Amino acid sequence: MEKNWPLWEIFVRSKNGLEHRHFGSLHAADAEMALENARDVYTRRSEGVSIWVVESKDITASNPENNGELFEPAHDKVYRHPTFYTLPDEIKHM
Amino acid sequence: MSEAQLKNLEEIFEQRIANDEKIEPKDWMPEKYRKTHIRQISQHAHSEIVGMLPEGNWITRAPSLRRKVALLAKVQDEAGHGLYLYSACETLGISREELYEQLHSGKAKYSSIFNYPTVSWADMGAVGWLVDGAAIINQVPLCNTSYGPYARAMIRVCKEESFHQRQGFEIMMKLCNGAPEQKEMAQDALNRWWWPSLMMLGPTDAESVHTEQSMKWKLKRKTNDELRQQFIDQTVPQADILGLTIPDPDLKWNEETGHYDFGEIDWDEFWQVVKGHGPCNKERMNARVGAWEEGTWVRDAAMSYAEKKKVRKISKAV
Ligand SMILES: [Fe+2]
Ligand SMILES: [Fe+2]
Repeated sequence: MEKNWPLWEIFVRSKNGLEHRHFGSLHAADAEMALENARDVYTRRSEGVSIWVVESKDITASNPENNGELFEPAHDKVYRHPTFYTLPDEIKHM
Repeated sequence: MSEAQLKNLEEIFEQRIANDEKIEPKDWMPEKYRKTHIRQISQHAHSEIVGMLPEGNWITRAPSLRRKVALLAKVQDEAGHGLYLYSACETLGISREELYEQLHSGKAKYSSIFNYPTVSWADMGAVGWLVDGAAIINQVPLCNTSYGPYARAMIRVCKEESFHQRQGFEIMMKLCNGAPEQKEMAQDALNRWWWPSLMMLGPTDAESVHTEQSMKWKLKRKTNDELRQQFIDQTVPQADILGLTIPDPDLKWNEETGHYDFGEIDWDEFWQVVKGHGPCNKERMNARVGAWEEGTWVRDAAMSYAEKKKVRKISKAV
Protein backbone atom coordinates (compact mmCIF):
# COMPACT_ATOMS: atom_id res chain seq x y z
CA MET A 1 0.00 0.00 0.00
CA GLU A 2 2.83 2.38 1.01
CA LYS A 3 1.04 5.50 2.17
CA ASN A 4 3.15 7.74 4.37
CA TRP A 5 2.06 8.95 7.77
CA PRO A 6 1.11 12.62 7.62
CA LEU A 7 2.94 15.39 9.48
CA TRP A 8 1.43 16.96 12.61
CA GLU A 9 2.31 20.19 14.41
CA ILE A 10 2.57 19.88 18.17
CA PHE A 11 1.56 22.57 20.67
CA VAL A 12 2.24 22.13 24.37
CA ARG A 13 1.01 24.05 27.39
CA SER A 14 3.90 23.81 29.83
CA LYS A 15 1.77 24.69 32.84
CA ASN A 16 -1.65 26.03 33.60
CA GLY A 17 -1.72 29.78 33.22
CA LEU A 18 0.49 29.68 30.13
CA GLU A 19 -0.63 29.38 26.51
CA HIS A 20 0.08 26.40 24.26
CA ARG A 21 3.31 26.96 22.38
CA HIS A 22 4.57 25.35 19.17
CA PHE A 23 7.08 22.65 20.15
CA GLY A 24 7.80 21.02 16.81
CA SER A 25 6.28 18.39 14.56
CA LEU A 26 6.12 14.65 14.06
CA HIS A 27 4.58 11.98 11.86
CA ALA A 28 1.62 9.86 12.94
CA ALA A 29 -1.16 7.90 11.27
CA ASP A 30 -3.93 9.79 13.04
CA ALA A 31 -4.60 12.42 15.70
CA GLU A 32 -4.69 9.92 18.52
CA MET A 33 -1.29 8.51 17.62
CA ALA A 34 0.04 12.03 17.14
CA LEU A 35 -0.95 12.81 20.74
CA GLU A 36 0.69 9.66 22.07
CA ASN A 37 3.86 10.26 20.07
CA ALA A 38 3.94 13.90 21.11
CA ARG A 39 3.89 12.83 24.73
CA ASP A 40 6.97 10.66 24.16
CA VAL A 41 8.84 13.02 21.87
CA TYR A 42 8.17 16.39 23.49
CA THR A 43 7.28 15.83 27.15
CA ARG A 44 9.73 13.24 28.49
CA ARG A 45 10.69 15.56 31.35
CA SER A 46 7.34 16.97 32.44
CA GLU A 47 7.50 19.79 29.89
CA GLY A 48 3.73 19.84 29.52
CA VAL A 49 0.28 19.50 31.06
CA SER A 50 -1.71 19.70 27.83
CA ILE A 51 -1.03 18.91 24.17
CA TRP A 52 -2.71 20.04 20.96
CA VAL A 53 -2.00 18.32 17.65
CA VAL A 54 -2.95 19.79 14.27
CA GLU A 55 -2.28 18.21 10.93
CA SER A 56 0.31 20.44 9.26
CA LYS A 57 -1.65 20.67 6.03
CA ASP A 58 -4.53 22.32 7.90
CA ILE A 59 -2.42 25.31 8.91
CA THR A 60 -2.62 28.37 6.69
CA ALA A 61 0.47 30.53 7.07
CA SER A 62 1.12 34.05 5.89
CA ASN A 63 3.82 34.44 3.29
CA PRO A 64 6.92 36.44 4.30
CA GLU A 65 6.85 37.97 0.82
CA ASN A 66 3.70 39.81 1.86
CA ASN A 67 5.15 41.01 5.14
CA GLY A 68 5.34 44.55 3.77
CA GLU A 69 1.65 44.99 3.09
CA LEU A 70 0.64 42.91 6.12
CA PHE A 71 2.78 44.34 8.88
CA GLU A 72 4.32 47.60 7.76
CA PRO A 73 1.12 49.70 8.07
CA ALA A 74 1.43 49.29 11.85
CA HIS A 75 4.88 50.90 11.86
CA ASP A 76 3.63 54.49 11.37
CA LYS A 77 0.75 54.25 13.82
CA VAL A 78 2.73 55.60 16.71
CA TYR A 79 -0.45 57.02 18.20
CA ARG A 80 -1.29 53.48 19.29
CA HIS A 81 1.47 53.67 21.89
CA PRO A 82 1.28 55.55 25.20
CA THR A 83 4.54 57.38 24.55
CA PHE A 84 2.87 59.30 21.70
CA TYR A 85 1.00 61.43 24.22
CA THR A 86 2.90 64.13 26.06
CA LEU A 87 1.68 64.95 29.51
CA PRO A 88 3.09 67.30 32.13
CA ASP A 89 5.60 65.71 34.53
CA GLU A 90 3.39 66.42 37.54
CA ILE A 91 0.78 63.93 36.36
CA LYS A 92 1.27 60.71 38.32
CA HIS A 93 -0.14 57.20 37.83
CA MET A 94 -0.75 57.49 34.12
CA MET B 1 14.52 36.41 -11.63
CA SER B 2 17.40 38.32 -13.19
CA GLU B 3 20.95 37.80 -12.01
CA ALA B 4 21.10 41.28 -10.50
CA GLN B 5 17.87 40.69 -8.55
CA LEU B 6 19.18 37.39 -7.24
CA LYS B 7 22.42 39.01 -6.17
CA ASN B 8 20.49 41.70 -4.37
CA LEU B 9 18.35 39.12 -2.53
CA GLU B 10 21.46 37.22 -1.54
CA GLU B 11 23.06 40.35 -0.15
CA ILE B 12 20.00 41.18 1.94
CA PHE B 13 19.95 37.59 3.14
CA GLU B 14 23.59 37.55 4.21
CA GLN B 15 23.09 40.89 5.92
CA ARG B 16 20.17 39.51 7.92
CA ILE B 17 22.34 36.68 9.20
CA ALA B 18 25.19 39.05 9.97
CA ASN B 19 22.68 41.05 12.05
CA ASP B 20 21.84 37.89 14.01
CA GLU B 21 18.37 37.64 12.52
CA LYS B 22 16.96 34.12 12.26
CA ILE B 23 15.89 32.57 8.99
CA GLU B 24 12.52 30.80 9.12
CA PRO B 25 11.19 28.09 6.78
CA LYS B 26 9.10 30.26 4.46
CA ASP B 27 11.72 33.01 4.09
CA TRP B 28 13.56 33.32 0.83
CA MET B 29 16.97 31.64 1.01
CA PRO B 30 19.74 30.87 -1.47
CA GLU B 31 19.58 27.32 -2.83
CA LYS B 32 23.02 26.66 -1.40
CA TYR B 33 21.85 27.60 2.08
CA ARG B 34 18.93 25.21 1.76
CA LYS B 35 21.08 22.35 0.45
CA THR B 36 23.84 22.83 3.00
CA HIS B 37 21.31 22.85 5.83
CA ILE B 38 19.51 19.78 4.56
CA ARG B 39 22.86 18.01 4.42
CA GLN B 40 24.05 19.04 7.86
CA ILE B 41 20.74 18.70 9.74
CA SER B 42 19.99 15.32 8.18
CA GLN B 43 23.50 14.03 8.93
CA HIS B 44 22.95 15.14 12.45
CA ALA B 45 19.55 13.42 12.65
CA HIS B 46 20.95 10.20 11.17
CA SER B 47 23.77 10.26 13.75
CA GLU B 48 21.28 10.45 16.61
CA ILE B 49 19.28 7.53 15.21
CA VAL B 50 22.23 5.28 14.33
CA GLY B 51 23.81 6.35 17.61
CA MET B 52 21.10 4.41 19.47
CA LEU B 53 22.47 1.11 18.18
CA PRO B 54 25.82 0.80 20.00
CA GLU B 55 24.16 1.64 23.33
CA GLY B 56 20.98 -0.28 22.67
CA ASN B 57 23.32 -3.27 22.56
CA TRP B 58 23.71 -3.12 26.36
CA ILE B 59 20.23 -2.24 27.62
CA THR B 60 19.23 -5.83 28.35
CA ARG B 61 22.59 -6.52 30.01
CA ALA B 62 22.95 -3.45 32.21
CA PRO B 63 24.38 -4.51 35.58
CA SER B 64 21.59 -3.05 37.73
CA LEU B 65 18.10 -1.66 37.43
CA ARG B 66 19.45 1.85 38.11
CA ARG B 67 21.87 1.57 35.19
CA LYS B 68 19.21 0.03 33.01
CA VAL B 69 16.59 2.77 33.43
CA ALA B 70 19.27 5.42 32.89
CA LEU B 71 20.60 3.82 29.71
CA LEU B 72 17.10 3.23 28.42
CA ALA B 73 16.19 6.87 29.06
CA LYS B 74 19.37 8.03 27.36
CA VAL B 75 18.76 5.95 24.25
CA GLN B 76 15.16 7.17 24.17
CA ASP B 77 16.47 10.75 24.29
CA GLU B 78 18.66 10.03 21.27
CA ALA B 79 15.56 8.85 19.40
CA GLY B 80 13.92 12.13 20.40
CA HIS B 81 16.94 14.10 19.17
CA GLY B 82 16.71 12.33 15.83
CA LEU B 83 13.02 13.18 15.58
CA TYR B 84 13.45 16.87 16.49
CA LEU B 85 16.13 17.13 13.84
CA TYR B 86 14.29 15.23 11.12
CA SER B 87 11.30 17.51 11.51
CA ALA B 88 13.54 20.61 11.49
CA CYS B 89 15.06 19.29 8.27
CA GLU B 90 11.66 18.67 6.70
CA THR B 91 10.84 22.38 7.01
CA LEU B 92 13.42 22.89 4.24
CA GLY B 93 11.21 21.02 1.79
CA ILE B 94 12.51 17.46 1.91
CA SER B 95 10.28 14.58 3.04
CA ARG B 96 11.00 12.13 5.83
CA GLU B 97 10.92 9.29 3.29
CA GLU B 98 13.58 10.96 1.16
CA LEU B 99 15.73 11.46 4.25
CA TYR B 100 15.45 7.79 5.22
CA GLU B 101 16.12 6.78 1.66
CA GLN B 102 19.36 8.80 1.67
CA LEU B 103 20.48 7.11 4.88
CA HIS B 104 19.53 3.61 3.80
CA SER B 105 21.12 3.90 0.36
CA GLY B 106 24.37 5.17 1.89
CA LYS B 107 24.03 8.54 0.12
CA ALA B 108 23.86 10.37 3.46
CA LYS B 109 26.51 10.14 6.13
CA TYR B 110 26.27 9.86 9.89
CA SER B 111 28.89 10.33 12.56
CA SER B 112 31.69 7.81 12.01
CA ILE B 113 32.01 7.11 15.75
CA PHE B 114 28.91 4.92 15.73
CA ASN B 115 30.67 2.43 13.49
CA TYR B 116 32.78 1.21 16.39
CA PRO B 117 31.59 -1.77 18.47
CA THR B 118 30.56 -1.64 22.14
CA VAL B 119 32.19 -4.78 23.47
CA SER B 120 32.00 -4.30 27.24
CA TRP B 121 29.83 -2.57 29.82
CA ALA B 122 32.62 -0.05 30.32
CA ASP B 123 31.91 1.15 26.78
CA MET B 124 28.60 2.55 28.04
CA GLY B 125 30.66 4.67 30.41
CA ALA B 126 33.17 5.75 27.78
CA VAL B 127 30.49 6.54 25.20
CA GLY B 128 28.50 8.72 27.59
CA TRP B 129 31.59 10.46 28.90
CA LEU B 130 33.52 10.94 25.65
CA VAL B 131 31.11 10.64 22.75
CA ASP B 132 28.32 12.65 24.36
CA GLY B 133 31.00 14.98 25.72
CA ALA B 134 32.32 15.65 22.21
CA ALA B 135 28.75 15.95 20.93
CA ILE B 136 27.99 18.63 23.52
CA ILE B 137 31.02 20.63 22.42
CA ASN B 138 29.82 20.37 18.84
CA GLN B 139 26.21 21.17 19.64
CA VAL B 140 26.25 24.03 22.12
CA PRO B 141 27.36 26.64 19.54
CA LEU B 142 24.55 25.45 17.24
CA CYS B 143 21.91 26.74 19.67
CA ASN B 144 22.71 30.10 18.05
CA THR B 145 22.77 29.00 14.45
CA SER B 146 20.95 31.10 11.85
CA TYR B 147 18.23 28.65 10.81
CA GLY B 148 15.41 29.00 13.35
CA PRO B 149 14.06 25.41 13.41
CA TYR B 150 17.59 23.98 13.73
CA ALA B 151 18.51 26.37 16.53
CA ARG B 152 15.31 25.54 18.43
CA ALA B 153 15.91 21.80 18.06
CA MET B 154 19.47 22.22 19.30
CA ILE B 155 18.38 24.09 22.41
CA ARG B 156 16.15 21.16 23.31
CA VAL B 157 18.90 18.65 22.50
CA CYS B 158 21.54 20.46 24.56
CA LYS B 159 19.27 20.59 27.60
CA GLU B 160 19.04 16.80 27.50
CA GLU B 161 22.67 15.98 26.77
CA SER B 162 24.24 16.80 30.08
CA PHE B 163 22.53 13.89 31.81
CA HIS B 164 23.96 11.63 29.12
CA GLN B 165 27.50 12.66 29.83
CA ARG B 166 27.09 12.53 33.59
CA GLN B 167 25.58 9.04 33.60
CA GLY B 168 28.53 7.89 31.46
CA PHE B 169 31.09 9.45 33.76
CA GLU B 170 29.38 7.89 36.76
CA ILE B 171 29.71 4.45 35.17
CA MET B 172 33.43 5.10 34.64
CA MET B 173 33.83 6.30 38.21
CA LYS B 174 32.16 3.22 39.62
CA LEU B 175 34.42 0.94 37.57
CA CYS B 176 37.54 2.90 38.47
CA ASN B 177 36.74 2.63 42.15
CA GLY B 178 35.97 -1.07 41.86
CA ALA B 179 38.10 -4.20 41.52
CA PRO B 180 41.35 -4.02 39.51
CA GLU B 181 39.60 -5.94 36.72
CA GLN B 182 36.87 -3.32 36.61
CA LYS B 183 39.36 -0.49 36.44
CA GLU B 184 41.09 -2.36 33.64
CA MET B 185 37.79 -2.52 31.76
CA ALA B 186 37.46 1.23 32.10
CA GLN B 187 41.02 1.81 30.86
CA ASP B 188 40.43 -0.52 27.94
CA ALA B 189 37.28 1.37 26.98
CA LEU B 190 39.11 4.71 27.16
CA ASN B 191 41.90 3.26 25.01
CA ARG B 192 39.46 2.28 22.31
CA TRP B 193 37.20 5.38 22.38
CA TRP B 194 39.75 8.19 22.83
CA TRP B 195 40.99 8.55 19.28
CA PRO B 196 37.63 8.01 17.56
CA SER B 197 36.21 10.69 19.87
CA LEU B 198 38.86 13.16 18.73
CA MET B 199 38.06 12.28 15.11
CA MET B 200 34.39 12.85 15.80
CA LEU B 201 35.05 16.60 15.90
CA GLY B 202 35.80 16.45 12.18
CA PRO B 203 38.78 16.70 9.85
CA THR B 204 41.50 19.25 10.55
CA ASP B 205 40.79 22.80 9.45
CA ALA B 206 43.18 22.47 6.54
CA GLU B 207 41.09 19.57 5.17
CA SER B 208 37.67 20.88 6.07
CA VAL B 209 35.95 22.10 2.90
CA HIS B 210 32.86 23.79 4.27
CA THR B 211 34.27 25.77 7.16
CA GLU B 212 34.29 29.30 5.73
CA GLN B 213 30.75 29.27 4.40
CA SER B 214 29.48 27.48 7.49
CA MET B 215 31.03 30.11 9.73
CA LYS B 216 29.21 32.84 7.81
CA TRP B 217 25.89 31.07 8.24
CA LYS B 218 26.64 30.32 11.89
CA LEU B 219 26.39 26.61 11.20
CA LYS B 220 29.79 26.64 12.80
CA ARG B 221 31.04 29.09 15.39
CA LYS B 222 34.43 27.49 16.00
CA THR B 223 36.65 25.44 13.71
CA ASN B 224 37.06 21.67 14.13
CA ASP B 225 40.56 22.11 15.52
CA GLU B 226 39.37 24.65 18.09
CA LEU B 227 36.58 22.33 19.19
CA ARG B 228 38.98 19.40 19.41
CA GLN B 229 41.40 21.39 21.56
CA GLN B 230 38.54 22.42 23.83
CA PHE B 231 37.47 18.78 24.17
CA ILE B 232 40.99 17.62 25.04
CA ASP B 233 41.58 20.44 27.51
CA GLN B 234 38.42 19.67 29.42
CA THR B 235 38.65 15.87 29.26
CA VAL B 236 42.24 15.28 30.39
CA PRO B 237 41.65 16.54 33.95
CA GLN B 238 38.53 14.33 34.11
CA ALA B 239 40.62 11.29 33.18
CA ASP B 240 43.04 12.27 35.93
CA ILE B 241 40.22 12.22 38.45
CA LEU B 242 39.32 8.73 37.30
CA GLY B 243 42.96 7.71 37.57
CA LEU B 244 42.99 6.61 33.93
CA THR B 245 45.70 7.19 31.35
CA ILE B 246 44.86 8.83 28.04
CA PRO B 247 46.35 6.59 25.35
CA ASP B 248 48.55 9.27 23.83
CA PRO B 249 52.26 9.33 24.72
CA ASP B 250 52.61 12.81 23.22
CA LEU B 251 49.91 14.34 25.38
CA LYS B 252 51.48 17.10 27.43
CA TRP B 253 50.42 20.31 29.10
CA ASN B 254 51.87 23.30 27.32
CA GLU B 255 52.44 26.13 29.77
CA GLU B 256 52.97 28.64 26.98
CA THR B 257 49.78 28.05 25.02
CA GLY B 258 47.70 27.10 28.04
CA HIS B 259 46.52 24.00 26.19
CA TYR B 260 47.43 20.34 25.95
CA ASP B 261 49.65 19.33 23.06
CA PHE B 262 48.62 16.00 21.61
CA GLY B 263 49.81 13.35 19.20
CA GLU B 264 49.06 12.76 15.55
CA ILE B 265 45.52 11.56 14.73
CA ASP B 266 45.29 8.62 12.34
CA TRP B 267 43.22 10.31 9.65
CA ASP B 268 43.52 7.30 7.34
CA GLU B 269 41.46 5.36 9.84
CA PHE B 270 38.92 8.17 9.96
CA TRP B 271 38.48 8.25 6.19
CA GLN B 272 38.31 4.47 6.02
CA VAL B 273 35.42 4.49 8.48
CA VAL B 274 33.69 7.39 6.72
CA LYS B 275 33.94 5.50 3.44
CA GLY B 276 32.16 2.51 4.94
CA HIS B 277 35.04 0.32 6.06
CA GLY B 278 34.75 0.73 9.82
CA PRO B 279 34.23 -2.30 12.06
CA CYS B 280 30.42 -1.95 12.20
CA ASN B 281 29.29 0.10 9.18
CA LYS B 282 27.50 -2.86 7.58
CA GLU B 283 25.94 -4.02 10.83
CA ARG B 284 24.57 -0.54 11.56
CA MET B 285 23.07 -0.11 8.12
CA ASN B 286 21.55 -3.59 8.16
CA ALA B 287 19.93 -2.82 11.49
CA ARG B 288 18.44 0.46 10.20
CA VAL B 289 17.26 -0.87 6.85
CA GLY B 290 15.92 -3.99 8.53
CA ALA B 291 13.94 -1.98 11.06
CA TRP B 292 12.46 0.15 8.29
CA GLU B 293 11.53 -2.77 6.04
CA GLU B 294 10.20 -5.03 8.74
CA GLY B 295 8.15 -2.13 10.07
CA THR B 296 6.39 -1.54 6.74
CA TRP B 297 3.37 -3.68 7.58
CA VAL B 298 2.96 -1.88 10.91
CA ARG B 299 3.01 1.55 9.27
CA ASP B 300 0.59 0.36 6.59
CA ALA B 301 -1.77 -1.19 9.11
CA ALA B 302 -1.81 1.98 11.21
CA MET B 303 -2.61 4.03 8.13
CA SER B 304 -5.44 1.71 7.02
CA TYR B 305 -6.89 1.78 10.51
CA ALA B 306 -6.72 5.58 10.58
CA GLU B 307 -8.47 5.77 7.23
CA LYS B 308 -11.14 3.30 8.25
CA LYS B 309 -11.84 5.31 11.40
CA LYS B 310 -12.09 8.51 9.38
CA VAL B 311 -14.60 6.98 6.95
CA ARG B 312 -16.66 5.67 9.86
CA LYS B 313 -16.72 9.08 11.47
CA ILE B 314 -17.87 10.75 8.23
CA SER B 315 -20.61 8.18 7.55
CA LYS B 316 -21.86 8.59 11.11
CA ALA B 317 -22.06 12.36 10.63
CA VAL B 318 -24.21 11.96 7.49
FE1 LIG C 1 21.80 13.22 21.18
FE1 LIG D 1 23.39 12.11 23.95
